Amino acid sequence: MKRRSLLAAGAAALALATGGGFADGHEKTKVGFIYVGPIGDGGWTYQHDQGRLAVEAEYGDKVETIFQESVPEGADAERAITQMALQGADIIFTTSFGYMDQTNSVAAKFPDVKFEHATGFKREHPNVATYDARFYEGRAVIGTIAGHMTETNKIGYIASFPIPEVIQGINAAYLHAAKVNPDVEMVVTWVYTWFDPAKEADAARAMIGQGVDVIMQHTDSTAPQAAALEANNEGGRVFTFGQASDMASFAPAPRIASIIDDWSPYYIKRVGQVIAGTWEQGASWGGMPEGEVVIGEITEVVPAEVKAEAEAMIAAITDGTYHPFTGPINKQDGTPWLAEGEVADDGTLAGMSFYVEGITGEIPN
Amino acid sequence: MIALEKRPEPSRAWSFATPMLAVLLTMIAGGLMFAALGKNPVEAIRTIFWDPLFGEFAFYYRGQLLIKAGPLILIAIGLSIGFRAGIWNIGAEGQYIVGAICGAAVGLAFYPLESFIVFPLMVVFGALGGFLWAMIPGILRVKFNTNEILVSLLLVYVAEFLLASMALGTLRNPDGAGFPGSRNFRSYPAGFNEEIIAGTGMHWGVVAAFIAVIFTYVLFARHQMGFQIKLAGQAPRAARFGGVNPARLVLFCLGLSGALAGLAGLFEVSGPAGQISIDFNVGYGFTAIIVAFLGRLHPVGILLAGLLLALTYIGGEAAQSALGLPAAAIQAFQGMLLFFLLAVDVLTNYRVRLGKREAV
Repeated sequence: MKRRSLLAAGAAALALATGGGFADGHEKTKVGFIYVGPIGDGGWTYQHDQGRLAVEAEYGDKVETIFQESVPEGADAERAITQMALQGADIIFTTSFGYMDQTNSVAAKFPDVKFEHATGFKREHPNVATYDARFYEGRAVIGTIAGHMTETNKIGYIASFPIPEVIQGINAAYLHAAKVNPDVEMVVTWVYTWFDPAKEADAARAMIGQGVDVIMQHTDSTAPQAAALEANNEGGRVFTFGQASDMASFAPAPRIASIIDDWSPYYIKRVGQVIAGTWEQGASWGGMPEGEVVIGEITEVVPAEVKAEAEAMIAAITDGTYHPFTGPINKQDGTPWLAEGEVADDGTLAGMSFYVEGITGEIPN
Repeated sequence: MIALEKRPEPSRAWSFATPMLAVLLTMIAGGLMFAALGKNPVEAIRTIFWDPLFGEFAFYYRGQLLIKAGPLILIAIGLSIGFRAGIWNIGAEGQYIVGAICGAAVGLAFYPLESFIVFPLMVVFGALGGFLWAMIPGILRVKFNTNEILVSLLLVYVAEFLLASMALGTLRNPDGAGFPGSRNFRSYPAGFNEEIIAGTGMHWGVVAAFIAVIFTYVLFARHQMGFQIKLAGQAPRAARFGGVNPARLVLFCLGLSGALAGLAGLFEVSGPAGQISIDFNVGYGFTAIIVAFLGRLHPVGILLAGLLLALTYIGGEAAQSALGLPAAAIQAFQGMLLFFLLAVDVLTNYRVRLGKREAV
């Protein structure tokens, strides 16, 4: 308790010393980013950093951006976030699920700083907002492509942590793969990391060894792509999808398409609101319609009719005529979840902790 | 011609001077690296070494320094005792994890009981968890003569899987909407490792680290066991003739270092980290090995080494966000510090001679 008041006193002293305005008297709006991986990961963190650069390009001299990369999701995160707030950041984006409690805890000590936490659900203070993207929309599209492309009928999924966001992706991918190929089987491997090239590559190789010929990933590095390329160079036929970032250097194969997270529209919007003084707490969940989830180039390796089918689905999701979770869908144990034509509500999706019917294996718990 | 001549005795003067020389050399080499990256080297070095201690926000960083150094010192002290006896516990990270799990499990079992007894019980079980985890390599070594380096190291990976399983299953927060991770001790005051003096970073783990430093100092300076440990490390045969029971010594050293690592884990999980989560451990158990050697296996040296390493972490992070230095540059900088420390160590054990090499 006292520590809080000490910090608050420190922040207040700064504000006093500079006569109000921004905490430390700078004229530019200072925008901070906390990254879970290195900016060169070629995936998740790379895309967030692209968003940061887009903010700089949009507002030029009006903003100054700072970032810290490879921040562990634990006690260290709280210090990193506090440090940024002390350095006078006006808004701080914390870009990984595991920063949730730390973001809220720091936000309590710096009521004048805005905090934006990616993929979380806790907004304990009026200066904390959350934002996420509907990655499952992209999963539905690449699931369709995967269902068509597999010959062994085994699709691999390198999963990070058993949290709703990841489970949504597995379910969406499986539902759409099974729709075009009822024989398809989903092989899920949990690696319990967001970014660990060695573990991700091991998982990919193990899957290829089991006969998987299409690999999806919910991890941030390009290591699974490299593992697939290696298998293909030895005469294999394995396909992958870019994750978070386009990963175009692995096109046209093994990477045959990608789900790109484009955070730029959201970051530009929110920073603009801070500059204008109109920022308010919110919970944003944009997807294809908002341009936050984008499917990267579908390469020529994919047959034209499959590509056309995928593009039709992108169009339908974008204009709102199709929702990837539309009934009838049963849960894994056979109990009905969505009736014919029924669409999943956001609340259920945000807390999704079950597989849909047809996926074998269990969610670890 | 430069020649090295072995000193009959390690130089006392140099053994004090070399750490400072190493820090100086690191500043120069690191400064060159920062300059090559296009940053002002003086500003970078100041941000890393000066600002956390005396800068504008030192009121915050000084406390963080203790929080970061506490577990490093506590674990390193335990390790140093074994290292002096030639017993190599490389798996402190695993003992740290298991200590945290055991202590946190006891605390969570009492939730939401508000009683003064909860936290002390957690401390006891934290130490016990680390102790028992270290007993596995200990007993295997005593009974089957297995290599404790390998066994303790491999048990780290087992502990990591145990941690994941606990965060996802047994200890998962029942009110956490299916997300992995236990309840947060911040919202359970009876089990929370609160700062003793608010704002100073001084929590019970830091106190325990200081107590361990004093205790170990006395052990080596005054106690029979301390003498046996040193003897076993320097002259194993003589030790056996001198009545040292090697099995007892192995169990003592591994058990003590395990218990201290377990304590560090418990204080971390109930305080700064707040909860059992999948990636709760951030490598303190491994970094502590460096701290132990940096401190020359001496309790006071370890205290200083732990604080120095914590400073490079805290200052390094500040430099990242304040100056836009990449994380890798900071890691390289920390690597340089260790490199130069080991490199200038040669001056402690050897004399540098200029001129012609004398015929032997």
